[in-house]
Formats: sequence, C-alpha cells, structure tokens
Amino acid sequence: MRRMLRACLYLTLLSLPLVAAFGVERFPPPEFDAGYKMPVTTMPPARALWLSYVDVAVLVAALALASYLVLKKRSRDGVLALSVFSLLYFGFYQQGCVCSIGSVQDVALALFNSGYVVPLTTVAFFLLPLLFTLFFGRTFCSGVCPMGAMQDLVLLKPVKVPAWLEHALGTLPFVYLGAGILFAATGSLFIICEYDPFVALYRRTGSFGMLALGAAFLIVGIFVGRPYCRFLCPYGALLSLVSRFSKWGVTLSPTDCIHCQICDTACPYGAIADPMLKDPHPDPRKRARRRLALLALTALLVVLGGWLGERLSVPFSNSHATVSLAEQIAAEDAGKIKEPTDASKAFRQTGQPVEELYAEAHRVRGRFAVGSVLFGAFVGLVFGLTLISVSEPHERNVYDPDPADCVSCGRCYVYCPKEIVRVKRIQGKNVIPLTPVRGEQKG
Amino acid sequence: MSAPMDKPESSRRQFFNGTVRGAFLFLLGAATTLLFRRSQPKRTVWQIDPYKCICCTNCATKCVMHPSAVKCVQVYPMCGYCKLCTGYFEPEPISLDTGAENQLCPTGAIKRRQLEDPYYEYNIDEPLCIGCAKCVKGCVLFGNGSFFLQVRHDRCVNCDECAIAIACPSQAFQRVPADKPYLFKNREHQA
Repeated sequence: MRRMLRACLYLTLLSLPLVAAFGVERFPPPEFDAGYKMPVTTMPPARALWLSYVDVAVLVAALALASYLVLKKRSRDGVLALSVFSLLYFGFYQQGCVCSIGSVQDVALALFNSGYVVPLTTVAFFLLPLLFTLFFGRTFCSGVCPMGAMQDLVLLKPVKVPAWLEHALGTLPFVYLGAGILFAATGSLFIICEYDPFVALYRRTGSFGMLALGAAFLIVGIFVGRPYCRFLCPYGALLSLVSRFSKWGVTLSPTDCIHCQICDTACPYGAIADPMLKDPHPDPRKRARRRLALLALTALLVVLGGWLGERLSVPFSNSHATVSLAEQIAAEDAGKIKEPTDASKAFRQTGQPVEELYAEAHRVRGRFAVGSVLFGAFVGLVFGLTLISVSEPHERNVYDPDPADCVSCGRCYVYCPKEIVRVKRIQGKNVIPLTPVRGEQKG
Repeated sequence: MSAPMDKPESSRRQFFNGTVRGAFLFLLGAATTLLFRRSQPKRTVWQIDPYKCICCTNCATKCVMHPSAVKCVQVYPMCGYCKLCTGYFEPEPISLDTGAENQLCPTGAIKRRQLEDPYYEYNIDEPLCIGCAKCVKGCVLFGNGSFFLQVRHDRCVNCDECAIAIACPSQAFQRVPADKPYLFKNREHQA
C-alpha cells in the first residue's frame, strides 16, 4: 500500500515544475519498530592549526641550517641531505602546499584586495626565504625548496646550455612572475599553482596534464640542471633580484683563483660567471653610443609591451569568472547563444539583477586594463634590461658564482682545487692532494 | 662570515649593495606590516553550502585532488529510506536491485541494505565516491535531499585559492571556521 502511494507521489513529482532546488521533505523519515540504530555521518576534522605553525618552525630551522651548511660549513653533502629532508617534509608530507613559490599569488591578491584575508602561514612562507636570501643568498633554493631538491636529485648528465639561450630563457621567470601577479591580483586565477609541475607527484594524484608536466620536467632535468628553477620559477626571479644584494653568499677562493675553470665546468646551472678580462668594446665612444641605443631600445620595448598589454587586456580579463559569466549572460540575452551554461543557469536562479553583474564585470575589466598595461610594460623592461646586462662588460676578473644565478648547491666547493687545498690546510693535513684533484677534473 | 678570504671589493660597491639591502629590508618590513594587518589568526577551511549547490559536476573534475576531496554525504535523519531511491537508481531502472545497470552512481559508491520492509538504508562508500553529484541531483529533485556534497577535510589540502571555488557556478563554496568545518543540511531548514 505504502509502496503504491510512494509510486504515485513519485509520478506526480515528476510532472511538477522543479521549484526548490535543494529538495523538500517529500517522504517523512520512517519510524522503525525493531531496534534500528541510525548511523552517524562522519565529520573528519581539518588539519590542526598548530601543525601549520610547526611547518613555519621547520621552515625557519631549515633555512638557518641551509645557510649554515652552505656558507659556514661549506658542505655539499650536508646541503644534499637537508634538501632530501625538505623534499620529504615540504613535498611529500606537506603535499607541496603551502609553498613559497605559490605564496607570491596570495600576497599579490591580499595586497590588491582588501577583502581577502591571507593566512599567516602563507605570509611567513613568502617573507622568510626572502629575508634569509637578503643576508645569505639563495640558500632556500638548495636546501629548503622541495621543487629544487627534486630537480637537483634527478640531474645525472648535465648539459651546458648555450649562453644566448640561457639569457633568453632567463627572462621567462620574470614574465611568469608578472603574469602570476596580474592574474592573482585581479582575483582570476592562480596560474603558478595550476601549472606547478611537481605538486601532483607529491600528492601522488592529479590530472594527467599535471603529471605529464611533472614527468617532462624531470626528464629534461636529467640533462638540463633545474629547468624549472632557472627558466620558469617566479619566486626564483624574486630571489635572484634580492640575492644580487645579499650580505653574504657562496664564494670560491677569489684572490688566488688559478683560472682552471673546473668550477665553471662543474656548475650544472651555469651560475659561475665567466670573467671577462678585457672589454670587448675598448672604444669608449662606441660603447657610449651602444649604451644609448640600448636605453632607447629598452624605452621602446616598454612602450611596445604596454601597448600589447592594452590590446590583450580584454582576452586576459575573460579568465575572470565574473567577466566570463557576464559575457555569457549578455550573449544569451542577445540571442547569440542558445544553450545556457551551468553558471548562467545558477545566476538566473539567484534572481540577481543583470546590471549588478555587468557593473562588477566592468570593474574587473577596469582593473585588467591597468594591470595588463603594467604587465606588458614590465615584460618590455625585463627584455630591455636583459639586453643591457648581457652587453655590459662584467667587472670581475676571477671565476666566482654569480649571486643572482647561484642556487648555493655547493657543488663547486668540491671541485675548486684551491678550495680543496684550503680545506686540507684547515684540517691540519699539509698534503696537497694531487691525485684527487686530477680525478675530479676528469669527472 | 664564511668566505675564506674577503673579496677585494671597492667600498663604493659595498656601500651601494648595503643601501639596496636596506631598501629591500624596508620593503619587506612594510609588506609584513601590511600583510599582517590583512591576515587573520583564525583558521578557515573551504566548505559547500548544500542549499546553494546545483550539482554541476565541477566538484568531481576541478579539484586538485584526484579523486576529488568533495564527496557525497548521507544525513540519515533526513533520509526517507525509500525503496525506489531516486539518488540510487537510474530514472527508469530495469529492476529495483543492486545491478550496475540500475544504479545512478558511476562508481557504485552507494551501498544499499535492506531493513524492515519497505525500508532500505543507503550508505556512501567514501573511497569510491568521486563527488560527481549525480546521486545528489536525483535525491534533491525527487527525494528528501539527504544526499549532498561536502568537502571532506581528511582529503582537502585547503588551497588558499580553491580550484573548485573559482569554478563553482553558484558560489556555493565558502570559507568556514576550521573548528566547525561542515555545513550539513537539517530537517528544520527543509520544512
């Protein structure tokens, strides 16, 4: 009987227009006779707050230890061991989130939107490595960053990237940084997280695209040292800027450099700057003219970039959910699109006036108009400054790590013959180890 | 600090570097103050307001976790224990049994158990659930709506910018306090 009733009710309901989207109590819950115990729906708790403070504490400890191992102890093995720990902790245990690289976007979003509250942990992950880099150079990259550790571990057969390619690709991190800030500050997308190559590996789950990207980076990373760090990492771009002015940093034995070039060969990241002993353009008038031309070119690039950014601001802004929804609603109302999307259906259900949506979309477009121009001009500036820095003669006359590019992995310590001698002398063994040095030279 | 021998650098360059370093420090300090003012000590997590959810299947596809951290939950006090459960069965089932061809759930994550006639208990086998909301749609449209989606916090990594929240067409995703991380439906709200 009851079953029949239910079937009837079911059929009438089928013909009813669907008024309430969230359901109503159509079938009163039954009252059971014989001792039925109703199961309780579980509510697994979120990760405890104090654990995120542990993460910050581990970050500080790892940064301090990395700086100590790189600068004071000058131990490649120590840094390697620490990086493996960081890979396990920040990568596989913490599942790659929150990470300093992605935190750039949170910070951008928080700085440009007063409504967004950024978690304290994220702020710490953004600021602490920058602070340490300001004093000790990029020790974060070698010992703490799980992405760097991963790439450092797979590097088996390093190939030297030609200088022109290195300089050209070296602009990408800044472009990526600018794009990441543009899309995060406008509240549209977190592209740096979306195209994070290794987070899917840490979680051992992810879309095929993400896993494939990670695998591709690892395979390339076997031959090209740290491809992500050098040619894409936006946080690395920030760190390289700061690291130029760091108080301390990785150095070899500069005063008695014998120009053996072993360190240059040993560095898989192309970070040992070639000393340019003589100026390629000795004629001062020629050089001045060249400088002037480059400055003019930079100005031109900035203007060109700004113009291109202005052109691209509308397509960029369509990545924002509100703008794309407004576009969709407008196209539907104009009869251009027949099929409504989930978003447009949901919007119409809320009964919010279309004008409000358009106004909001307009506001976002306005922000993109400014942001895109700035982004384009910034890209132009990066290209221009790269050209200038490439053509300017360097002042150094010894082989030494470039503070901007050096990720402080400590490989060169083991290879510099002068350094080996120095270490031996400190250890009280006044024997010059000729054989090991020759052995190292071959390898 | 560590360098075996100090670089013979000009003091001008050192002064320049020191000045820039000071400027960077100042910038960092300013950023810290600003960010701390914009941050909050109270921790929040993501959750779905089940009354706003329109079952669009984005939860199954957009989450950075695979399968999604969003899963269907069953709130038993709201369930009608129907024999013909429209969250469990295809719209026109061949027969009312556990045959895969009759089930709505693509992964067979709903377990059906007979109680006293004519009532059946429906349980979610969470590891199998992918959060596609097919069952939720069925239950909401023709039943009591005791099936609904929730972010499961044993799986959610709590991204600051949740990929599903961005994609959610009905803005059903919201931040809730971490000590009360679930937004369950209840009978009082329904009536």
